[in-house]
Amino acid sequence: MYKAMAHTSESKPSLIRWEERDGVKVAIRHDGRTPDQLRPIRMEVGVLSNADGSALVEYGGTRVIAAVYGPREAVPRHVALPDRAVIRCRYHMAPFSTEERKTPAPTRREIELSKVIREALEAVVLTELFPRTTIDVYMEVLQSDGGTRTAALTAASLALADAGIAMRDLVAAVAVGKVDGVIVLDIDEIEDNYAEADMPVAMAPNLNRVLLLQLNGVMTHEEFTKAMELAVKGINTIYKLQKEALRKKYVSVG
Amino acid sequence: MARLFFEARSIVLPGDIIAEGDDVEPGGIFVERHGKRIIALITGLVDIEEQDGKYIVSIIPLEGAYIPRPGDIVIGLVKDIGITHWEVDIASPYKGILTVQEVLDKPFNPATDSLKRYLDVGDYIVAKVLAFDRARDPLLTIKGEGLGRISEGSIVEIKPSRVPRVIGKKGSMVNMLMEETGCSILVGQNGRIWIRCPSRDLEEILVLSLRKIEAEAHTTGLTERVRSFIREERSRRGV
Repeated sequence: MYKAMAHTSESKPSLIRWEERDGVKVAIRHDGRTPDQLRPIRMEVGVLSNADGSALVEYGGTRVIAAVYGPREAVPRHVALPDRAVIRCRYHMAPFSTEERKTPAPTRREIELSKVIREALEAVVLTELFPRTTIDVYMEVLQSDGGTRTAALTAASLALADAGIAMRDLVAAVAVGKVDGVIVLDIDEIEDNYAEADMPVAMAPNLNRVLLLQLNGVMTHEEFTKAMELAVKGINTIYKLQKEALRKKYVSVG
Repeated sequence: MARLFFEARSIVLPGDIIAEGDDVEPGGIFVERHGKRIIALITGLVDIEEQDGKYIVSIIPLEGAYIPRPGDIVIGLVKDIGITHWEVDIASPYKGILTVQEVLDKPFNPATDSLKRYLDVGDYIVAKVLAFDRARDPLLTIKGEGLGRISEGSIVEIKPSRVPRVIGKKGSMVNMLMEETGCSILVGQNGRIWIRCPSRDLEEILVLSLRKIEAEAHTTGLTERVRSFIREERSRRGV
């Protein structure tokens, strides 16, 4: 991220290669993906035995673990609300998650992401069922390769479902972007560094609601519409994988 | 006309549409109506009941915390002593309050008497939930038959969501466990189980069986599987 700033436009590498496939010109990305292709995704639920619910999510090289505790008695007591549960979120990048060591202290960026993730989760969790309690969600980025906030949100909603917390829908998220003028799905670190635009999107697919939408960079109206369509497509795929991962926990034995 | 998208006792996840139609009603707090649709709010097993031409859809949760209900029998651990009450951990987001009136039959004078004499920190008790409305902490009582301080045996803690499975239909599972091991068992609604066994080996077998039920709660034919597990273990250990 910081390296990108040091580069001038001359040293910007070409991230899109145009190839003929079946007589059509298609954009091929630096890792061989087509613009509408997700990275390989892996999800596992119930990976931590001490937490009430947990999940591990990988989007290519991005790896995030989420743990949920609660609903539990609010400590300190004054944070509790009389009519609903409080959700507390911590998005954090491990010092070893990036190429250069990141200081373990929470940065401005991490504090902001914790807030937007919390707001996305508050929209689906039925907090009114457990007044005066807290639900703690911890997300730890183990390895960062772009799209960590979306992977964190996907993992957090899996962990909440695993903890048996009532929610109206799961949350699935993915980042879209504009790289060398092409709208691409699930952008990774290198693409993000040189992208003209980066747009993380989170949705509750069954409710058909957008819960998080951020945009870094510039897109035209048509580009935005196309990016959004691509994001919805990616989110629906991720949503199916989430349900599969949750079901898998219960199909064995018997 | 109702359309049901899931069979009874199949697993649903948050956001799943369980059923659609005007003659389906949501039952319990873990399902919600969105227009014509009934959606699931929690991971659990679907329960469908037919009642005068209507379907009532509810979910038996597979995970989740214990939320007290008046009348529940729970096993609590005394955590703190106040002037005229005890604070009791009942394995729930809400702590239990046991007032001195619900323990003693005589008037209590804090100036001359100490609550410590009756129940101390670290004591396990069998208690009943008297009242709970979420706005205030649940009130407990130990006045009643079978309630009071636990002075022997062991406590096993399982997930509260597995309690219905440990009890079984009309107590089938717990009765089978008592028959096969000879132990006496009391299952608290909060997931704590009080067991008293004739021998150490039988206690170990019972604990293993309870852990097995906890891990395989969502499967069918569990009672028979646990029964053969106990018989196997008994013959292997020769008890």
